[in-house]
This record gives sequence, structure tokens and C-alpha cells, in this order.
Amino acid sequence: MSNEAIIHGPEVAHGNAAEHQGHEHHEQHFIWKYIFSQDHKIISRQFLVTGIFWAIVGAFFSLIFRLQLGFPDSTFPWMESILGEWAKGGKLSPEFYYALITMHGTILVFFVLTAGLSGTFANLLIPLQIGARDMASPFLNMLSYWFFFASSVFMFISLFVQTGPAAGGWTTYPPLSALKEASLGSGVGMDLWLIGMALFVISSLLGGLNYISTVLNMRTKGMTMTRLPLTIWALFFTAVLGVLSFPVLFSGFVLLIFDRNFGTSFYLSEIFINGRALPHIGGSAILYQHLFWFLGHPEVYIIMLPGMGMASEIIAVNSRKPIFGYLAMVISLISITLLAFLVWAHHMFVTGMSPFLGSIFVLLTLLIAVPSAVKVFNWLTTIWKGNLRFTPAMLFALGFVSLFISGGLTGIFLGNSALDIHLHDTYFVVAHFHIVMGVSAFFGMFAGIYHWFPKMFGRFMNNTLGYIHFFITIAGAYLIFWPMHYEGIAGMPRRYYDYSAWESFKQFQSLNAFISVIAAIVFFTQFIFVINFFVSIWRGRRLTNPNPWGATTLEWTTPIHPGHGNWEGEIPEVYRWAYDYKDDGHGGDFIPQTVPLREGEEDH
Amino acid sequence: MSGFITIALIFLVFIIIYQIAKASEYASVIRGEEKVKVQTNRTIAWLLVIFFLLGLWGIWKCHMLLQDKMLPVSASVQGVQYDLMFKATLWVTGVTFFITQTLLFWFCFKYQSTEKRTSFFFPHNNKLEVLWTTVPAIAMAALVAVGLKNWMAFTSEAPKDAMIVEVVGKQFNWLIRYPGQDGVLGKRDFRKIDDANNVLGLDWTDKDNMDDIIAQNGELHLVVNRPVKLIIGSRDVIHDVGLPHFRMKMDAVPGIMTTLWFTPQYTSTEMKKITGNENFVYEIACDQVCGKGHYSMRGTVIVQTQVEYDAWMLMQKSYYASTHESVAPAPGATAPKTDSVKAITMK
Ligand code: HEM
Ligand SMILES: [Cu+2]
Ligand SMILES: [Cu+2]
Repeated sequence: MSNEAIIHGPEVAHGNAAEHQGHEHHEQHFIWKYIFSQDHKIISRQFLVTGIFWAIVGAFFSLIFRLQLGFPDSTFPWMESILGEWAKGGKLSPEFYYALITMHGTILVFFVLTAGLSGTFANLLIPLQIGARDMASPFLNMLSYWFFFASSVFMFISLFVQTGPAAGGWTTYPPLSALKEASLGSGVGMDLWLIGMALFVISSLLGGLNYISTVLNMRTKGMTMTRLPLTIWALFFTAVLGVLSFPVLFSGFVLLIFDRNFGTSFYLSEIFINGRALPHIGGSAILYQHLFWFLGHPEVYIIMLPGMGMASEIIAVNSRKPIFGYLAMVISLISITLLAFLVWAHHMFVTGMSPFLGSIFVLLTLLIAVPSAVKVFNWLTTIWKGNLRFTPAMLFALGFVSLFISGGLTGIFLGNSALDIHLHDTYFVVAHFHIVMGVSAFFGMFAGIYHWFPKMFGRFMNNTLGYIHFFITIAGAYLIFWPMHYEGIAGMPRRYYDYSAWESFKQFQSLNAFISVIAAIVFFTQFIFVINFFVSIWRGRRLTNPNPWGATTLEWTTPIHPGHGNWEGEIPEVYRWAYDYKDDGHGGDFIPQTVPLREGEEDH
Repeated sequence: MSGFITIALIFLVFIIIYQIAKASEYASVIRGEEKVKVQTNRTIAWLLVIFFLLGLWGIWKCHMLLQDKMLPVSASVQGVQYDLMFKATLWVTGVTFFITQTLLFWFCFKYQSTEKRTSFFFPHNNKLEVLWTTVPAIAMAALVAVGLKNWMAFTSEAPKDAMIVEVVGKQFNWLIRYPGQDGVLGKRDFRKIDDANNVLGLDWTDKDNMDDIIAQNGELHLVVNRPVKLIIGSRDVIHDVGLPHFRMKMDAVPGIMTTLWFTPQYTSTEMKKITGNENFVYEIACDQVCGKGHYSMRGTVIVQTQVEYDAWMLMQKSYYASTHESVAPAPGATAPKTDSVKAITMK
């Protein structure tokens, strides 16, 4: 579909385009403008606000279970007043502890760092940065959000059922998750979890297909693939990863639903539980893990790539320097995407999988470190001899790099099966993925929000609050997760409710308390961001310059408050790559993509 | 009430912070934004450096504090190799960590924006890019080589003279089965399980079961310097036999038999001396979330000399004898002989 047809429907597409573009002549009703909107910019905000809501819920859960871990002998009467039965006498019950960590993982991995992150930035940036009036299919795009919303509703309801939400970990391995007898959380809570996740997969697929087709088909004149900003490349591969791997997860869930409700034995075999031998024979519990991690590993890159793209863009803009090694950056994204499909079994080294197969996965896993290293060195070279402006967005992008290094390096331990044999499912893994994926991806997201907030709302967020937010969060993140490596090396298992009965692990009690205190501080610090975000929407300093950061990319050529359709008049044409941060001949230090090449100037 | 006051206080603090931040924004407009921008930039650059230096100090401090809380020397022969490889990897990653983070923060400081500075247009350089593709690739190849050598060794066939013990997980404890005098674990079938008198579902028509011994207290007795092969299984959901002191771990999966072998090199008593901890005990930790009691699914390993072990073994009653009181107990055992390994079928 042409860009015009998308905004106005086919019947007006052949009218005088210039007259119809951009500003709406007829005032849309509130519902169509802000709720069932098909404007990618509104959908992006919907994803963002829903993501922020879920982030608060998910982080709050961690606050509660960290209290249990830090202070296993204390009681917190206020907990009983909000959790009731689950925290009798102010002491969290083990069942609910497991429910909380499960929902914490599910919410943050899927609802915040997948939907909240890709949903926000793919929607906002793809059309704006490639020069399109909207997504290839604005309608499917709207559906994608509403499927996400429906999925959120199911997940939220599951928090309130009597037997509690799912409690088998965010990976929900059967047989634990398949048998109602095995745990309270494997009852209705698990059904709701599966329904929620199935809807979530649909939402991701609708979104992802849309992002892919938009990037491939809707680029403005002159916007060749090699002129795309790295954000778009990254969001594009994120979508590719999702589209190819989510269906596999879906099939895994379907089989699980069958095993739970229809007496099949895909994952079940030779089980005696609750005083009774079950009739299931011949299934394989490991099959689920293959299906899960076939998505699960790409999923971690689904979470990581948008941050990589945004960090690349933000670092280049604020270094007033082109990103170093653009092509290498693209190639490393491609290799990460390919390899991400070939390493899933590194989560399963100790499941009894054939050791030979294990060694293949060791090789492929450590191979991923190479493109990751290339990216890091390229970011470092980008800031080398730059002219660095430390906006809050820039700080978060730099923090992203620092955290990605720290977390990526521990992946090298885990990817080597001979080392994983001791580290698997200990706090070392928790430290690894929280730093590299949890915090680092959050930093990418914060960087994106601080950077593109002016584009979203026509106002700035408050810088001082941004700086406070940054320094407390990065210091806190390292204080929380760095010591966890030590606990993991000492063999301390993850997902334990209480360590005090263990001779080998109880010496970490005071450390756990320390971590919990820092976690609480970091949790409350995030409200500085939340308040800054919402207050700035209405009260922030107004934008006067449509291109406040002096960036080359197309989104800053739109009006300060772009209407549906983004550009008034023609969509600008692109003449150069996205990183011409150099002397423009008139004292400026950048040349927008829309400026034709000068005499004698070579295309990049 | 006090909860309400706390929340109100927190709110108040937020409002104050917000107001101050807002005021600084207005002030910067009055004082001239450009000037303030330059100052802020310099302040932030300094803060980054301070953060970096404090971070390095913190890493050092953290290491000093936690060092003596770590695991003692490896209790298994294999673990010695493990620790060596861990150290090597730690060096490679540690040096990389230090170099890259230093560059990151140093560049931030050195190239902070000033009025005079312009950036250096440097879009790419093939030599550099090739360099930092190949160097990590070589480093990874080396780590993979070491890793696979160890992996092959850890997962190879257990030596012929290894003793055999079965470890079965259930919600929420470990059941340990010794093959008894004949050195052979008899057949078992999950349909024959009965919590009262046949916890593992031993098939009593298989005479290999008659002398098998089951410890329901989760105590795994091993002989020092004698390889042991664990036959691992689960009755209900997935568990995991985690042996941190031996640097080993293997899932217990229902319907599938997994194995793990290693050679203990210090008896429990020796380890008490090494650690200087009277209460030291080798623990088996369940490392795969398995339900509400996951955190309490604890077993212990008792590594003994052959003599101690034999004496202990002599006192054990076969499971058959202890559940079938009328039947005469199997004759007293001598040192169990485990040469013949019979594959265990579970059906
Ligand atoms: C150098 C690159 C990396 C390597 C070699 C690597 C390797 C590994 C390995 C082997 C594991 C399994 C550990 C275990 O369970 O025993 C693991 C866990 C994990 N990794 Fe990474 N990783 C890398 C980067 C990343 C990145 C970039 C992310 C996220 C964006 C990530 C997220 C995770 C997560 C979420 C888990 C834990 C999953 C769970 O069990 O709950 N990793 N990593
Ligand atoms: Cu992975
Ligand atoms: Cu268990």
C-alpha cells in the first residue's frame, strides 16, 4: 500500500495528496484518536505506558521477595494487609514466593522488555526514521497492541486467583507446570499464564510482521538499506527473531496445554506423585525445554537488540561523530541474529543431553561473543575523539555499554559447558542475565525514552532528575548484581526461599540483606523517573527547535507535534547515510539525511 | 498508620526533589543555557570518573570481603581441573573487563565536549575492525579448546572400578540406593512405588533388588579416592543433583536416566580440617525449581575411607529386609563389589 492510502484509506488516496497529508481536517473522536488509534505514534505510547505499568508491578514483586531473602527471620505486617493469606503473620509463604519470582520474570522479560521495549520503539521509530507515514498495516498494528492488552488482562487476573499465579519459574518447565498436584501455582494460575502467553505470542507476531514489512517496503525515496540508522537495523532483526522463534514457543505451549487438560503425554513419563502413579508414559520433559529455549535464547536478543540499536544511535548523536564501522555493526547484528537460533541448548547442558551435542553448542555459543565484542569495540571507537555531550540519554547509552560488557563476559563462563556444570542454576546465572539483559536492556530503554521523549510529546524531560536517576541506578545495579557472582561461584542455587538451613550458603545472609536494601533503594529511585516522565508530558519544558539534539535522521524533520501521517507535504527524500556528523560548511557539525550531497562529496 | 506516614514522607521527598530539579531548570534558562550546559557537562564527566574509581575500589573491597566465604578447595579430582579452567577464564575476561571499562570511562572524560573541541570524522577502519574480530575469535577458540577437553573428560564413561549409587529425587527429598553386595542395582518400575513399603518401586521379582539398600535420609556415603558413578532419576518433577563442593551437577528427570561421575579426594573429616569448620558438611542442593519445598531439598555427602565405609555398610539393612520383616535379612555384607555394571531399566 502506498503511504497515502494508509492514512486516508484508498478512497482518498488519489485525491490531491498534498492537501490531505498530515493534519486531519475532521476532528477525530477521542476514542479513535487515543484508544483504538491506528497512528503508530499513539500505539507506541500505549505500549510504553502499559510497559511502565508492568515494570512497576514486576519490580514491586522483586521488592517483596527480596525482603524475604534479605530478612528471612523478620515479619512484615503490612505484607499481610496486601497479600492476605499469602503472607500470614507478615511472613511470605513459600508458594507465593515462587509465584512472585515466576511472575517477576514473566512480566519483566515479556511484558516490559519485549512488548514494552520493541512495541514502543519499533512503533515510534520505524516509520519516522525510514520516512513512512505509518506502518504497512496500521490496523494490524492496532490489533497487536490490543492482543497485548488482552494478554496483560489474563496475566493480571492470574495474580488474584485463589491458588495463586503460576509458580514454576518464568521458564515453566513441565512436569512441575503440567501437573496440578505438583504445586499450587500449577492450577488455574498456570492456565491463565498459558492463555496470557498465547495471546502475547499473537501480539508479537502481528507486530513483528508489520515491522518487517514496513522496513522492507515503505522506505522513502533514497533511503537504501545501507542508509538506515542502526536503530532500524536492530529493530528489524528483533522482529525477525521474534517472528521465527515465537511460533516454536507457541507450539511448546500448545503441547503443554494438551498435557495439562487432555491427557496427552508429550512431556510426561513415569511419574508418581501424590501417592499415585500417573498413566503417562513415553513423553519427554526435555522436549519442552528445547521448544522453550528455541525461543528463549533468541528472546534474550529480542530484548537486547533494540537497546543496541538505540545506544548506537544515541552515542553517535551525542559524540557528534559517525558510528564507527557502520557496516561491521550491521554484519554483527546479522551474525548475532543467525547465531541466536543456534545456541539454545546452552541452557540445557546438564539435562543429560548428549555431551557431543553439548560441545557443538559450546562452540556456537562462544562464537556469539565475537560479534558482541565487535560491537563493544566499535562503540568505544565511536566515543574516541568525539565531542561528548552528556545528556541523560547519552549517560544511559554509555551505561548500557558498560553493563553489556560486564554481563557479556560472564556469558563466556556459562557458555563453556565444562564451567556451566557447576554454575548452572546458581546466582551466577542470575547475576549474568540481570546485568546483561535486565539492567542493560533497561538502560537502552531509558536512553531511548530520554532521547525521543521530545519527539513523542513535544517537551523535554527534566535533566537533573535524569542525572540523579542514572547515577543511583547504575551504582545500585552493580552493587546488587556484582556480589551475586560470588554467591553463584560458591554454588548458591537460585530460586531458593530461604538459605538458613544450608551450611554451605548461610554465610551469605548478611550479603543478601545488603543486596535487598540496595534493591529497595533502586526500586524507589525509579519513581524519580516515573514522576519525571508523567509530569513532563504536561509540564515539561517545551520544545522550540524541532531538532533539539542536532541529529541527522528523519524523525527530526517532522513538525514538533506531528499529526497522523508525520510530515506535512511531501515525505522528505534521503540523499546520504544517517551518520554524517561532520562540518556542514556553514559552521554546523552535522548534515541531515535530507541534504543532497555537495559537489565532490562522496556517498558513504 | 505508620505505613501511611512513611508513604506520605516518601511522597514529600519526591516532591521536594522534583521542585529542586525544576528550579534548576528555570535557573539555567536565566543564567544562559549554553553556559550551564558546559558546566553540567564538565560536572558529569567528573562524576563518571569518580564513579569508575569508586567502582574499582568497590570491586576490590567486595573481593576482600567475600573471598573467605567462597567454596574451599575442590573436593573432587575433576574439580581441580575445573578450578584451573575457571581461573584461566577469569584472567581472560578480567583483563578484557578492565581494559574496556577503563577505555569507556577514560574516553568519556578525555573527550567531553568543550567549546573548542570538534569531533574527528572517523567512520571506519578495516585494519582495526579485522583486528578486533580476530583477537576475540582466537581467544574464544582457546577457551573452547580447554573447555571441550575438560567437558569430554567430565562426561566420559566412568572408570570400570567406579562404585555405583542411585540418587532419586522426589518432592522434597533425596532417596539414595546402594546396589548392595552384588554391586548391581535391580530393576524398578514407577507403578510399583508405594510410599509405605516401596519408595522406589523396586521389582521384587528381580533378585538383584534383594540386597539393595535405600537411604531415605538423603545421606550419600562415598569412598575417598574411589570414582563414583551416580545414576540419577526422579519420581515426580525435574530436580537437579547439585554438588557444589565437587563442582558437579546433573538434572534428575522423570522418565530418563542421567549419570554423573567423579572422584572424591577429601574425606568429610579432612574437609573439616581444611575449612576449619567443625560443622562442615558436603551438601546436595536441588538446583532445579521443583515446587514449594525446593529450597529445603537437601541431601548430604559423607566421604569416608574405605574402612569406615565398609563398617558403615555392614550396619545397613537391605531395603527388602527392612520392609519384609518376616523374611530373613540378607547375609552380612563384605565390601561391596561393583565390577559388573548392569544397565538399569526403569520399566
Ligand atoms: C557473550 C554472550 C553470551 C553468552 C556466551 C551467554 C551464555 C549464557 C549461558 C550459557 C546461559 C545458561 C546458563 C545456565 O543456565 O546455566 C545463559 C543464561 C542466560 N543468558 Fe546469556 N549469554 C550471553 C549473552 C546474553 C545476553 C546478551 C542476554 C540477554 C540479552 C543473555 C541472557 C541470558 C538469560 C536471560 C539467561 C538465563 C535464563 C534462565 O535460566 O532463566 N545472555 N547465558
Ligand atoms: Cu541463551
Ligand atoms: Cu527438587
